[in-house]
Amino acid sequence: MDQITPKTTKEFKIVGTRPLRPDGIDKVTGKAMYGADLYAPNMLYGCLLRINEPHAFIESIDTSNAEQLSGVKSIVTFKDFIKINPDNKNNQILENCIANEKVLYDGHAVAAVAAVDLSTAKKALKLVKIKYKKLPFVITIEDAMKIGAPVVAIGKKNENIPDGYSDNVIQYCSFGHGNLEEGFKAAHKVIKRTFKTPSVHQGYIEPHACLASMSNDGKADLWCCTQGHFNVRSICSSIFKMDNSQLKVTASEIGGGFGGKTTVFIEPIALALSQKSGHPVKMVMSREDVFKATGPTVSSLVDVEVGMKKTGKITAARAIIRYEGGAFPNETYELGAQSAFAAYDLDAVKTEAFNVLTNRPTQAAYRAPGAPQSIYAVESVIDELCQFFNQDPLYVRILNAAKKGTKSSYGPTFDDIGLKATLEAAKNHPHYTSPLKENQGRGISCGFWFNFGGNTCVSLNINFDGTVGVVEGNPDIGGSRSSISQMAAEELGISLDKVKTVIADTNSLGHNDVTDGSRVTFSVGLATIKAAKAAKKELCKRASKLWGIDEDAVIWKDGYAHPAGANAGNQEPLSLEDIAKVSSQTGGPIAGHYEVNADGAGVSFGVHLVDIETDMETGHSKIIRYTVFQDAGKAIHPSYVEGQMQGGSVQGIGWALNEEYIYSSDGKLQNPGFLDYRIPVASDLPMIDPVILEIPNPGHPYGVRGVGETSIVPPLAAINNAVSRATGIRFTELPLSPPRVLKAILNKQ
Amino acid sequence: MVKVKIWGSLKNLADGSDYVSVTGSNFKEVIDNISLKYPGLKPQITRGVSLAVDGKIYKESWFTPINEDSEVVLMPYMQGG
Amino acid sequence: MKKLHVNVSVNNNDLEFLCNPEDTLLDVLRNDLNLTGTKEGCSTGDCGACSVILDKKLVCSCLVLAAEVDGSDIDTIEGMAEENKLHVLQEKFLEHAALQCGICTPGILIAAKSLLEKNQNPTEKEVRYWLAGNLCRCTGYDKIIRAVLDAAREMRKDYGPNYS
Repeated sequence: MDQITPKTTKEFKIVGTRPLRPDGIDKVTGKAMYGADLYAPNMLYGCLLRINEPHAFIESIDTSNAEQLSGVKSIVTFKDFIKINPDNKNNQILENCIANEKVLYDGHAVAAVAAVDLSTAKKALKLVKIKYKKLPFVITIEDAMKIGAPVVAIGKKNENIPDGYSDNVIQYCSFGHGNLEEGFKAAHKVIKRTFKTPSVHQGYIEPHACLASMSNDGKADLWCCTQGHFNVRSICSSIFKMDNSQLKVTASEIGGGFGGKTTVFIEPIALALSQKSGHPVKMVMSREDVFKATGPTVSSLVDVEVGMKKTGKITAARAIIRYEGGAFPNETYELGAQSAFAAYDLDAVKTEAFNVLTNRPTQAAYRAPGAPQSIYAVESVIDELCQFFNQDPLYVRILNAAKKGTKSSYGPTFDDIGLKATLEAAKNHPHYTSPLKENQGRGISCGFWFNFGGNTCVSLNINFDGTVGVVEGNPDIGGSRSSISQMAAEELGISLDKVKTVIADTNSLGHNDVTDGSRVTFSVGLATIKAAKAAKKELCKRASKLWGIDEDAVIWKDGYAHPAGANAGNQEPLSLEDIAKVSSQTGGPIAGHYEVNADGAGVSFGVHLVDIETDMETGHSKIIRYTVFQDAGKAIHPSYVEGQMQGGSVQGIGWALNEEYIYSSDGKLQNPGFLDYRIPVASDLPMIDPVILEIPNPGHPYGVRGVGETSIVPPLAAINNAVSRATGIRFTELPLSPPRVLKAILNKQ
Repeated sequence: MVKVKIWGSLKNLADGSDYVSVTGSNFKEVIDNISLKYPGLKPQITRGVSLAVDGKIYKESWFTPINEDSEVVLMPYMQGG
Repeated sequence: MKKLHVNVSVNNNDLEFLCNPEDTLLDVLRNDLNLTGTKEGCSTGDCGACSVILDKKLVCSCLVLAAEVDGSDIDTIEGMAEENKLHVLQEKFLEHAALQCGICTPGILIAAKSLLEKNQNPTEKEVRYWLAGNLCRCTGYDKIIRAVLDAAREMRKDYGPNYS
C-alpha cells in the first residue's frame, strides 16, 4: 500500500495517522446498536403487504377481517395519510413506500399491519383482501421508450422532451461544446457501440429498520438506520404536516448504505401505525423486500461514438444515454450525462440523456449515481480505439486527460485536478508493466465523480477537565468518527484520546445534509476545524484575562495559549486543560461551533488497473491483480481511505462480473436474495491494492477531498476491457457472467 | 452583464444560443434574472440549478459574488449519493 | 399454540427460554435473550451475519430452529471477549481497520474464530474460502483477510504451536 504525497507546507501530527476507531470496541463485541437492535416497552411489530404484480390498478382494500384478529392493533393504507400535493417530492416518496391508486412494480406495498408480535402481524396480512386489475407493464428501456408503450404514470413529462418517444420518457438533458461533425471528420477512426448495464442493488448487509413512536398530540420519536436522519425528519414531517421540532429522529449505527439509505421506505408507515395504535412500532425489512422495494441503481442503454487520430488524440466524442429508474422521476440521468467525458480534454463533445419510467423499483442513489454506467461505455470505446491503433491505453489517456484550464464536457473550466498525476502514478506502478500469461488481459479505466459539500453543523465543547466533545450530525458509515476526532485534536493541538465525537439527534443540532456525495470528511471536517478555531479564540481570550493582557496579545500554538511576542509578556504558556479547569471562574463553559452550506468539495478522479484471466472453457473470469489509484487530497485516516477505495472497487467488480436484476416475462423479479443475486465473496477476490495520491484540495483547510464514491466508477470498464483483451472479443453488456462470456466465446469459435 | 453558459437542452428554451446574458452581481440575482428574461428556462430554474463560477461549483449559495468577467455555467442542481 | 421449553448454554451461561415451534435460534437470541450482537442480514443462510458456534460447529443461526438447540452449547459474539480483554481477532480487526459499517463484523469474527480453532496456520486462500459464506459489502475483504492472517500469526506466537 503506497502513499504518494507531494511536499505540503502543513505538518500534521495526528492527521494522516491510523489510530483505532473510537466506536471500534462496540462494533467488534456486538454492543453497537443498529437499526433492528432497539426494543421499546409495549412495542408492536409492523409489516407490509406487497403485491407481486408489476402494474395493477387497486380496486379495493378490505381490512375488516384482519382488524378482527386478536393482537392486531392498527392497519394503514395510503388513504390514512393526509393528502399532500402529488407533485411534492415527499408525496412521491410516500407513494413508493405504500401504493396510492396503482401498484407500480413487483413488490409495491399496499397495506401495513401492526400487531403484538410478528407472527400475528403476518397472519393479519393474509386476511387483508385486495382487489386489483392487472395493467400492461414495461420493464426494459427499449420497450418503455417506444410510442404506444404502456404508460407508467401520466403527466410526469418535462417541457423539453424531443418528439418521437412514449410518455414514459419524462426527462431529457444535453451537454457539450464544439463542432462534432468536423471533429468526427478529422478522425482516422470512429467507433460507435451500444452498451447495456443492468440494475444492481447497493447490497448493504443491514436491511432497513426503524422504531417509531408517535402520539396524537403530533409529537414523535423515530429511531432508524439512515444515511441522514435530518433528511428523514424533513420527509416524514412533510408527509405528516408536522413541525420539524416535534419529530425527533435519532440515527442508529448504520449497517451500510452506499446511497441506498438516503431516503425512506418504512419510516412513514411505522409512524402512521404508531399514531393509529398508540404503541411504539418496530419495522424491519426482509432481504427479499430490500431487493424488491428499495432502490437499486438505474439500468442503462448507452450509445457512445468516439473519433480518434492514429496518434491517439481524440477528435470528437458523443454519447446518448438512456437510464431507467422505476416509476418516479429522478436526476441520475443528468449526472450520467455530465460525468461521461469528464476525464477528457475535448474540442468537440456532446452528451444527451433521457430518463425513462418503467414498472420496476424506484432507483436510489448508489455510490457516484449515474457515473459508472456512462463512463463504462466511454472507457470501453476508448480502449477499443487504443487497440485498433495499437496505442498504449495509458498513454492515450494521458494524452487526452483533462487538466487545469480544460473546458469540461459539462461546462465549467477545470481548476487544479489530479487526473494526470493519477494516470502517471498508474503508468509508473510495477503492475502496469508486469507480464501477462495466456488467457489473461489487462484493463484500465478512468473514473470521475463530482463530490459534494452541503449543509453541516458542528458544535465543539471544551469540558471542565480539558477533554473535548465534538457533536456532529452525520451517521458514521465507515469510520468518520475517527477522522473527525483526528481533525479536532489536530486543530486544537491536543492528544486524540481527549476527543470524543458523537452523532447528535435532530433536536440537538442544526440541519445536516445526508451522508452522501463523499461529503462527510470534507464538510464535517471543515466545520469541525472551524468550530475548533472558534473555541481556540475563546481559549485565548480566557488566557488573556488570566494574564491581564489584551486578547489579541495571545496566540494558540500546539495546544497552548502563548503570549504573542515579547511585548505581551513572558508568561508560562497555558494548556487547553489549564484554561478549561478554571473556565467556570473565567466566564463559563467554552465551546466553538460552525454552521455552513459548504461548497468547494472539488471533483475527484481515479484510475484502476486490473488483470483478469478468463477460462475459455467455462467463461469464468478471475481477477488476478487489482490496483486502485486515487487522489484523496489529504488522507486523514489512510486506512479508511484505503477502505473506501477497496470497497468501492469490489462493488464495481460485482457489477461488472455477476450482479444483475433478472426479470421474468411477466415482469417479476426473479432473484431477490443473496443466493441468486451474487455479490462478491472473499474467495472471488485477490487483495485490492490502493495507491493514495495526495494533491491538496484548496477548498479545505487540510486539503481533504472526498474519496467515497469515485472508486465504484472505473471497475466496470476496466474489467470489460480486461476480459475483452483476454478473450479477443469486445463485450458491450454487463455483467460479464460466465454464461454471457462463454456464449460469446462459442459464437466466435 | 454576466454571460452564463447554459447546458445544451436549454438552448431551444432560451434563444437558441449557448449563452444567456443577464445583469446580476451574485448567484441569486443571476438566476432570478434568467427566469425573468428567459421564461422558457423558468421551469428548470424552479426544479433547481447550481452555478459554477470560475470553475468552482456553488450548489445554491445566493450571495456568492459574481463578476462580469467571471466564467459562469448553469448546472443542474447538484445532489449526491 | 403451545410454547416449547428449551435449556441451553449461551456463552457459558445456563439459560432457558420458551419459544414457538417456528422460531429460529436467531429470533430467540435477539428477541428473547437480548443478544442483539448476532445480526440478521437475509434469514436465508446466504450472508453469514447471524453466524454463531453451536456445539463447536459454525452455523447460521437463522437456519437453526430454536427448539432444536435444547442441551446445546452456543457461542455468540457477546462471549468472544473475556471480561474486558478482547480476543486477538477483535484486536486485529480494529488494528487493520477491517470493518467499516460493522454489521457483518460479529458474524465474520465468529466464523474466523471457528476457522482458527480448526486451522492455526491458514493460507490466504483458506481464509478466503472459509469466509466465503460471510458477506461484507463495505471493505472488499482485503483488510478482513489481513486481520485474520495477522491474528493467526499472533495466536501461534501467544499460545505456541499446539494451541486449540
